[in-house]
Amino acid sequence: MSATPSTAVETARDRYEPVIGLEVHAQLKTRSKIFCGCSTRFGAAPNTQVCPVCLGLPGALPALNARAVEFAAMVGLAVGSQISGRSVFARKNYFYPDLPKGYQISQYDRPLCVGGSVAIRSGDAWKTIRLVRIHLEEDAGKSLHPEGREGVDTTRVDLNRACVPLIEIVSEPDLRSGAEATDYMARLRQLLVYLDVCDGNMEEGSLRCDANVSVRKRGAAELGTKTEIKNLNSFRFVDRAIAFEIDRQIALLESGGRVVQETLLWSSERGVAETMRSKEEAHDYRYFPEPDLLPLDLAPEWIEAVRKRIPELPHQLRERLVREHKIPEYDAEVLTDTRSLATYYEEVAARSAQPKLASNWIMTEVNAVRNKNGLAIEEFPIRADRLGDMIRMVGEGKISGKIAKQLFELMLSDSAGPAELIQRHSLLPIDDAAALRALAREVIAANPGPAADFRAGKEKTFAFLVGQAMKQSRGRAHPEKLQEALRAELAEKS
Amino acid sequence: MKGAPVQESAESLGRSVASGERSAVDVARAFLAQADRTSPRLGTYLHLEPDPILAAAADIDARRKRGETLGPLAGVPVAIKDNICVHGVPTTCGSRILEGFRAPFDAHVIERLRGAGAILFGKTNCDEFAMGSSTENSAYQPSRNPWDLARVPGGSSGGSAATVAAREAPLALGSDTGGSVRQPAAFCGVVGLKPTYGAVSRYGLVAFASSLDQIGPLATNARDAALLFNAISGPDERDMTSRPETRPVSLENLERGVRGLKIGIARELLGAGLDPEIRASFEAVSKWLVAEGASIVEVELPHAKYAIATYYLIAPAEASSNLARYDGVRYGLRVPAGTLREMYEATRGTGFGREVKRRILLGTYALSAGYYDAYYLRAQKVRTLIRRDFEAASRKTDAILMPVTPTPPFAIGEKSEDPMAMYLNDIYSIPASLAGVPALSFPAGFTRSGLPIGLQLAGKPFDEETLLRIARSWEGKSDAARRLPPIAQEKAA
Repeated sequence: MSATPSTAVETARDRYEPVIGLEVHAQLKTRSKIFCGCSTRFGAAPNTQVCPVCLGLPGALPALNARAVEFAAMVGLAVGSQISGRSVFARKNYFYPDLPKGYQISQYDRPLCVGGSVAIRSGDAWKTIRLVRIHLEEDAGKSLHPEGREGVDTTRVDLNRACVPLIEIVSEPDLRSGAEATDYMARLRQLLVYLDVCDGNMEEGSLRCDANVSVRKRGAAELGTKTEIKNLNSFRFVDRAIAFEIDRQIALLESGGRVVQETLLWSSERGVAETMRSKEEAHDYRYFPEPDLLPLDLAPEWIEAVRKRIPELPHQLRERLVREHKIPEYDAEVLTDTRSLATYYEEVAARSAQPKLASNWIMTEVNAVRNKNGLAIEEFPIRADRLGDMIRMVGEGKISGKIAKQLFELMLSDSAGPAELIQRHSLLPIDDAAALRALAREVIAANPGPAADFRAGKEKTFAFLVGQAMKQSRGRAHPEKLQEALRAELAEKS
Repeated sequence: MKGAPVQESAESLGRSVASGERSAVDVARAFLAQADRTSPRLGTYLHLEPDPILAAAADIDARRKRGETLGPLAGVPVAIKDNICVHGVPTTCGSRILEGFRAPFDAHVIERLRGAGAILFGKTNCDEFAMGSSTENSAYQPSRNPWDLARVPGGSSGGSAATVAAREAPLALGSDTGGSVRQPAAFCGVVGLKPTYGAVSRYGLVAFASSLDQIGPLATNARDAALLFNAISGPDERDMTSRPETRPVSLENLERGVRGLKIGIARELLGAGLDPEIRASFEAVSKWLVAEGASIVEVELPHAKYAIATYYLIAPAEASSNLARYDGVRYGLRVPAGTLREMYEATRGTGFGREVKRRILLGTYALSAGYYDAYYLRAQKVRTLIRRDFEAASRKTDAILMPVTPTPPFAIGEKSEDPMAMYLNDIYSIPASLAGVPALSFPAGFTRSGLPIGLQLAGKPFDEETLLRIARSWEGKSDAARRLPPIAQEKAA
């Protein structure tokens, strides 16, 4: 099986419609685990954050962490789910060494949140992805397969992660491409981080997903046979694995084959999805209500109290920025990437009184530096007040954009205010009439041809002369006043 | 000078230790001596270590000398069924699969007992994972009935019931899922209480069937059972099924007699299959109740006849999941084999006994895709109907009088090859388990051949007191609770 699609598949792609649903697992940011008091901190030495409960020792019992319920309900409310007045925990039974009790406590036929939706970008338009449900569950431990000594086949188990709270967000099969799936995942991640209920760290496994993928002939009403790809823990893998699987299924169907229902495991090293187990080998999880936990009853007042704690969500913030700062939707989208970036923007916009200029600066200069150095906005060396002051000067015409860029570079490594840096580095704009007239004369003298052309009525050459003057002044000349001076000098008899 | 401690009530022992009349060490020595004499023949203990017992007793004495206030069970030995976790002590549940396992924490009831000054006295034998009615399913040894060593002590808390009956310990904890405290109490002639589901925290009780399991006291008399119940009951945040409504029993109220109480009798439970001598005992107690000023009210438990079928779906289903953790990966037995799957199979195949395997298979089947609705879900619905039967009955009564078992203790080996016959033994105890209501087994009399007969009182949720009060009142009329089995009366050599 090749990872690069044949040309046959490429031409066949148009005739097929991929149908994709995601099951996203997000780790909730509670301090302690969902059924015991152990820490959820990532990166501790193996099996140091464990107790009788999360080790599944005989006699230990789960006690539900109320905070995890609150976080999960908050996510449900934020995506418009119905929060169940009564939900029921259930045991999902299967044997695996990193599953200490031999079952995972999850929710089955009565999940905490039902329905809801997430808006994603599909091309230039917004598209609604419906949710089936969001339920609470515990994570399993981690099996480590270290490079053993020759001939020693050992698996080690770390149970620090066992019993860490997760929500599983199950979408309807509304996604149509790897790109849509990736955007959906990114929007969910953004929402969870805004809600401050998940750190969104995919490398540490705080957010991961399984994808259900099928294809059907365009226009067909019936769904094709689906496969499930497990263990996708980066946006890139989501995109690549789904694209891979779509092409694999199309190639199979085009060659007269049939898609077999199975579970696949994405191998990021080789860029292929491989069979993990067939339908026949599928587990019968023997779900039944968890007798150690009573049904979870939530009063309407409790749910309303959680709703009140929901902060401004990405789309609300986006709309507000457009409304209040009159910036384009695209800008708002970029600026609301994270809550803190939006906050930064709002401070810069307020300080500078130049909302669009502020947006331009952040989207281009600030983000370029951040991306190059991998900086979160909190780590960016120019705080909002300094950038705001600088942009205000640009807006007021005190400095040109060119000067501003020089100033920006200086500010990256010098924490002084923009005014002080202008002084120190003689960046002060030249707006003195006499100096500008002198500059104009110099430029005219150096460019007698264009000056003569202008005087002969060729207005176009004026821009060239302005450019030359600007260059001469290293961008410091006050643009309007420079133009005035130039026109005045050109009007003088030669 | 006091008499032999082993023949005294726990209440009196606790009082005399607290007052300094007797030392906790002397009490412990007396019971250790008794256990030394009789337990090898009775097979009551899986683990009994004198040194820590004497050390704990010495500590109680030291605390008394320092003037500390001691709890109500000061210096009173309490034997612990081997499916309850005691920190650092072997906890095998009578199973090979937990051979060598020492619990790394105390069960809630154990913390409470330590707080009350009780002396933890050793781990008693039981049917493997509390699955059985005779203690023959222990992987280590059978236990024997102190009244007739050829007979079973009942189960699954057979070791606990027998040890109290033989006065090897004044008190013991058992666990009751479908009758595992009450049935051995009846077989051994002691008091056994299954508290309301949720009255006693299950934290640290190794789970068999989580929605049914309750830890309960075994004692020689109703007041002692109340003392032990009070010591272990009450809500615990580590067990989400434990209930805040739980109330301690007032020992004073136990002396109020039965006048004015309404006692329910369900005629449909007294039909064929009930041993005539047990039936006679039942009639005698009914008659006495009326004579003492209680009234008899006819009640119906129309769904009780489905109790065994219901129980043998729900309990194995939960057990099949609860016992999944014994996989050889982290603790207990591991039988090495080629692949992971082979290791699981070898470990569980070797570690579990026949009855446990039978129930795991039953439960796995009942929960399987395609069978869940017909078996597990249906059983849950019937369970609700049985619960409603008890609710309806409790609206007109204070307690329901029932047999505990259809027969007196049977012979060792008599039913061990016939699981259905063994299951039917629990026909009277299972309904109250499914309903979650408190139920008490108390010594009602003896057969002509000298075997104990127990009767059962099932009550309203969190009203353990009324049940104990009736049993206490009967103790004033009958000497059934005071008789000692012959083995307990032997003099030390």
